[in-house]
Amino acid sequence: MKDLFAVIMLSGIYGLLSASFFVAMDAVDVAFTEASVGAGISTLLMLVAITITGRTERPQRHKPVLALVVVFVTGSLLIYGTLDMPYFGSAQAPVHQHVAPRYINDSMQEVGAPNIVTSVLASYRAFDTFGEVVVIFTAGMGVLALLSVVRHPREIARDNEKIDSLNKSMHEEHLILRIVVKILIPFILLYALYVQFHGDFGPGGGFQAGVIFAAAIILYSMLFGMSTARRVINQSVIQLFAAIGVLLYGSIGVISLLSGKNFLDYNVLSPDPVAGQHLGILLIELGVGFTVASVMVIIFFNFAGRKNDQQNKENNDS
Amino acid sequence: MNISSALFLLIGSFLCISGGVGILRFPDFYTRMHAVGVTDTLATAMILIGLMLQNPDGLVIVKLVIILLMTLFISPTASHALASAAVHNNLMPKLEETEDNKKVSSSNP
Amino acid sequence: MLIAATIAILVVMIMAITRAIMGPTHYDRILAVNMFGTKTVLLISLLGFVMGRPEFLDIAIVYALINFISVIGVLHYSDASIFKRSEQQKKQ
Repeated sequence: MKDLFAVIMLSGIYGLLSASFFVAMDAVDVAFTEASVGAGISTLLMLVAITITGRTERPQRHKPVLALVVVFVTGSLLIYGTLDMPYFGSAQAPVHQHVAPRYINDSMQEVGAPNIVTSVLASYRAFDTFGEVVVIFTAGMGVLALLSVVRHPREIARDNEKIDSLNKSMHEEHLILRIVVKILIPFILLYALYVQFHGDFGPGGGFQAGVIFAAAIILYSMLFGMSTARRVINQSVIQLFAAIGVLLYGSIGVISLLSGKNFLDYNVLSPDPVAGQHLGILLIELGVGFTVASVMVIIFFNFAGRKNDQQNKENNDS
Repeated sequence: MNISSALFLLIGSFLCISGGVGILRFPDFYTRMHAVGVTDTLATAMILIGLMLQNPDGLVIVKLVIILLMTLFISPTASHALASAAVHNNLMPKLEETEDNKKVSSSNP
Repeated sequence: MLIAATIAILVVMIMAITRAIMGPTHYDRILAVNMFGTKTVLLISLLGFVMGRPEFLDIAIVYALINFISVIGVLHYSDASIFKRSEQQKKQ
């Protein structure tokens, strides 16, 4: 299939199908994350990427038969290897003997959060989550290093003129959309905050909340134009927030180190260990939310801004 | 309580299926848009009200009301955006082929 | 009754996918995907009630938002030049 547009639509539907698999398997947090990230933000960001690269795939010179054979052989070897493993969800599997009962039995006393997924993600395995946040931050930095464009002050002044002239003549094409979206966006941001702080009790947490926040900002900038969005959300403030998120996470760990315990041990944050766990989880989820939202907004602004600048240059040259 | 909830769910699923049949059988994009846009929102409302009458506790009813309100806002707006994008890009509706134009404009309201 | 409603919605989703594959113009496909999304919201809510876990309603809210934003995004970014180019390619 050569048409990348249809490929993106199909991958969006694929993300949605895997989210419904997770729903069928009764895994709420994973379904939540898959629905918001896999079916939502990835589709949007890939759409924006297509507007820069062009819509059809370049035709290949040779047929990839050798690669197909290698993939097939490796895949069948892997499947043959997994035939030896215990059945899905059986009680005799080694993973269910030592680690999982400890988490399930002791999580309520040690951490005190009803949602076991959050307690595993944010307290027992906090170091892995730290790695994930740093990976997301690195992706944002990679996009910034490759695609960011320094804006000439003359361009900024011209953008400000364009905003004023656009606001005076409200573009009739998008009028209904703009009004409805103006009403909806505060509720979406409020819902993102609800998901962020409710991660202890229901599905949620920092990743999903950051993605929903970024989706609201992307919606705003799609309908009101890139120049208005750049004036509302300053790019340097967003970069600062991305860094603040990772720093917040790391400094919680360092505070634990300085108090004499292990890295990212939350028991020292307050006299009562369970209250310390709650405080620790709250702060690191906040850090995760900051970083994810800022990095998504940075990626979107850089992709879409480049397309905008290309179009502006074409308009000025012609 | 269960009978009224079952009634709402039945009406909702019937509307849903009629919308699905409409999107398959109608001849033109704009008529399909009619089928989907109208039945989608109403079927969602009926099914959500049917779920609300199943007697869950307070927070679940509030969340169902939120989904209902959001769908009432979002679904007609999306239909409007799609239709206005189609008109803006000159997608012509399929009209009857007669020689007399006046007959066409009076028979299509 | 809940299970009957779930089966009805699954049938409608299959119909929507058929239209998404068949549809002659791009707008048909976008319409079908939008309908698929709203039916997914209903499906997730119903499945949550069938399995006795009302926490799935959060996923339904998020997916309704994502569906809306994706449709607006697709309409915004597939601007006129891309559609016209593909129409010309089909005529050739």
